[in-house]
Amino acid sequence: MIGFVLFFAWLGFGGDYIWFLSNGHHPFPWVGILLTTVAIVTAWYSYKTGPEKVLWATGAHELIDPQTDAERQLVNVVEEMAIAAGVPRPRIWIVPDDDPNAFATGHDPRDSQIAVTQGLLRICNRDELQAVIGHELGHVKNLDVRLMTTLAALVGAVLLVRDGMGRMMGRGGGRLVGRSSGRRSKDAGPLLVILLALWVISWIIAPLVTQLLAMAVSRKREYLADAMSAQFTRNPLALASALEKIESAAAPTASIKRGAAHLCIADPLGRRFTNREGWLADTLATHPPMSMRISRLKGMGYAQLKKEGGSSAISAPA
Amino acid sequence: MWVVLLLAVVIALWVIAAYNGLISLKNQTVNAFKQIDVQLKRRHDLIPNLVNAVKGAMDFERSTLEAVIQARNQAVKVNASGPEGIKQISQAENALSGALSRLLVTVERYPELKATGNIGQLQEELTSTENRIAFARQLYNDTATQYNTKQQQFPTTLVAGLAHAERTDLWEIEDQAERAVPQVDLSRR
Repeated sequence: MIGFVLFFAWLGFGGDYIWFLSNGHHPFPWVGILLTTVAIVTAWYSYKTGPEKVLWATGAHELIDPQTDAERQLVNVVEEMAIAAGVPRPRIWIVPDDDPNAFATGHDPRDSQIAVTQGLLRICNRDELQAVIGHELGHVKNLDVRLMTTLAALVGAVLLVRDGMGRMMGRGGGRLVGRSSGRRSKDAGPLLVILLALWVISWIIAPLVTQLLAMAVSRKREYLADAMSAQFTRNPLALASALEKIESAAAPTASIKRGAAHLCIADPLGRRFTNREGWLADTLATHPPMSMRISRLKGMGYAQLKKEGGSSAISAPA
Repeated sequence: MWVVLLLAVVIALWVIAAYNGLISLKNQTVNAFKQIDVQLKRRHDLIPNLVNAVKGAMDFERSTLEAVIQARNQAVKVNASGPEGIKQISQAENALSGALSRLLVTVERYPELKATGNIGQLQEELTSTENRIAFARQLYNDTATQYNTKQQQFPTTLVAGLAHAERTDLWEIEDQAERAVPQVDLSRR
């Protein structure tokens, strides 16, 4: 967040400084101030409205007064997991979609929201639902929700500003170089070149880096949230079987759009490389391969069984 | 001279950090314990309603219901604090848990009961109540373990006295009978 604002400040004031070095006279640093303001406003705005926008985009409705047995169970399960995680109960939303999926959003543990699809309520039993909610509360407790929701908005903002600036530079750039060559002060030569190169590279790679960062963060966080779920429920096998069910219902979740993909428990777009391993998938997917997640959870489950002697039932609460 | 001063500053900063870490964990432990209380209170309030709801339908299981009520009244009466208090509370509550789980097993034994009225809903409430308490204890035990480990581990243990850190008891199952897997009799009477 702060990094984002500082990055924009560098892009802006750096540009001004280069302009100053190349021109010799000291202009008012309008690019820097403008870009920094834009960055602060976008960051603040996406931070404030991110959760509502994500929920609104999925068409979710809040579950306030549970009517059916399934809804009552959902409320109970969420309250149980909130106790296990030691966080206040999040607000619960239901997404009218038949494909099983779930996501969490919000600013911090005191103000978080969990959304599940109707499909998830339909196919999961109590233990599996508990495990999925545990995963989402893991995201909440790790402050992933804030990071993820903000990242989603920031990636968009960087792209937008880059495109706008690119157009301006395209028109103004030639004039800048042509005019400045005559007036350039002699001593600022090498410094100017290095700064200019660094600055241009920053502009080119900015969106790419933010995007890759978002994805890398997201993948690591999925493993962590899986582990948190196992810690809360003491029942990793339940999450493994829930993930298996979610995966076998392979249809993409139509109501969850690309922007919110990395918030979900399973990639809602059903992209192919999510299930592959290797460098490309590692770089481009928002989620780790489902088979990897399931096998890690099963490993935890069997280790637990072994520790308890294998014969007695799992003592974790059902 | 400067090295000594720098060293003193570093040590002072570390002491402050370690002290604050211990205090924060201590308060988290206290809070986690209070969370168990909140859930236990919720269970005490819920049980009379639950028992009333099934009384009519389960006239033949009077002893199971009475055991629940008795255990509940015992648990409400316990009002102690300190390390001894934790033991007393956990004994009474474990007895209540045992009685409730027997009730749950009993309800499970009569499928036609589940179909009638709100017994299914009752079962869900009962399961959830027991889970909440189990999870609250789990959180307490996890936090308390973290606190205990922190105050015993080497560099932090030097500050433990300063922060008045003391070992906290974990919530354990006292009774050997509680530890055993309940016997379920599936034969119909």
